[in-house]
Amino acid sequence: MGGLIKSSIARKVAMALSGLFLVFFLLQHFSINFTSVFSPETFNEISHFMGTNPVVQFALQPVLIFAVIFHFVMGFILELQNNKARAVKYAKYNGGANASWVSRNMIYSGLVVLAFLGLHFYDFWVPEMVYKYVESNPEVPTRYFEELVHKFESPIRTGLYVLSFIFLALHLWHGFASSFQSVGFNNKYSAGATKFAKVFAVAIPFGFVVIALVHHFNH
Amino acid sequence: MNLTLKIWRQKDAQSQGKIVDYPISGIEGDMSFLEMLDVLNEELITKGEEPVVFDHDCREGICGSCSLQINGEPHGPDRLVTTCQLHMRKFNDGDTIYIEPFRAKAFPVVKDLMVDRSAFDRIQHAGGYISVNTSGNTIDANAIPVNKDDADDSFAAATCIGCGACVAACKNASAMLFTSAKVSQFALLPQGQVEATDRVLAMVNQMDEEGFGNCTNTGACEIECPKGISLENIARMNREYLKASLKG
Repeated sequence: MGGLIKSSIARKVAMALSGLFLVFFLLQHFSINFTSVFSPETFNEISHFMGTNPVVQFALQPVLIFAVIFHFVMGFILELQNNKARAVKYAKYNGGANASWVSRNMIYSGLVVLAFLGLHFYDFWVPEMVYKYVESNPEVPTRYFEELVHKFESPIRTGLYVLSFIFLALHLWHGFASSFQSVGFNNKYSAGATKFAKVFAVAIPFGFVVIALVHHFNH
Repeated sequence: MNLTLKIWRQKDAQSQGKIVDYPISGIEGDMSFLEMLDVLNEELITKGEEPVVFDHDCREGICGSCSLQINGEPHGPDRLVTTCQLHMRKFNDGDTIYIEPFRAKAFPVVKDLMVDRSAFDRIQHAGGYISVNTSGNTIDANAIPVNKDDADDSFAAATCIGCGACVAACKNASAMLFTSAKVSQFALLPQGQVEATDRVLAMVNQMDEEGFGNCTNTGACEIECPKGISLENIARMNREYLKASLKG
């Protein structure tokens, strides 16, 4: 078991599992946000539940934050190790001949997504924590929709969100499908699973873009 | 055809290397890439210069000796061929061709284009074998029934010639395709089951100790492999490794 912690395969599987967890989180985040497009009441109701339920707040939220931190810290560690594994670079390297740009540049798409997470935490998570746990304001179950819409008034912020979702799609395009291979899933069902992952990688970020644009132009 | 070769020259393992330009003419399309280098070396020797050192042996794509990163790809632009099987008809008159050694920390340059690939040998020594009584009572391999699909997959994995193109192509210099082929060829057969747990743990451990990079599933190794070793082997090795870790 000791070798499992430090081996290259264990790190690869850990990256895949934390990534899959984040993909699952992304789906539920999208499902909730999507309700804001057609029913502010439903959005408020679910947000109120998520914001006040102790299991979500004190059990799932820390797990999520741990998964995010683990995924990007491990990503940096792997990138540094991989750079060291080829100390002298090629004078000519034709990476595009055998691998997609997206698969070769996960660190850059990941960095953009990480920067976006910083902005997103600054926009929503930090004010939420301050509102609830620092200032101890009374809960107003109808406040969530207005807070959401308010954030998308600025065209610059909306633009940054849209750009970030494009990079998220690029990251998912390789990452989601690749996670199946990492956990050892490569069989006759792999082609179907990969197709599903690619559709997901485009559809979910596109859905987030639509939500951001709808709120920007409607309000 | 007339070509400009940009070749990595390095005196020895300790020295700094650099790219040196060599114009060459009279190259025929039917020549193999190594024959083109032979022509260059003849010219260099005639001029009293040091010939370019490169690995080669069988020159028919089986031994895994020849290497060379050609225009940024291991074994050059063709698919499912080694450098010795690459023909000059793949290039055009006036082309500039970069020729570099396979690059990886675990493959140190010995001289010019020759690299030390003994890291692969050490991975093999760590577990790439089965224990069979060869003292005169050897049992015929055909006496043990093997599922046809498994036999085919095992044979496909065993076609790996250990040339190192997978490492050279991978942006992370990962050796997972090579190691997984060597793990898979036994993992798929009944004869390989006795040491299955120890084998995968020892070989992956040795691979990590040699300083190869991590696999990020770009798939470059599979595309550049002259023997078409499949990524399925890496998935199998991941499964075998997780199973063995939890068991051992």
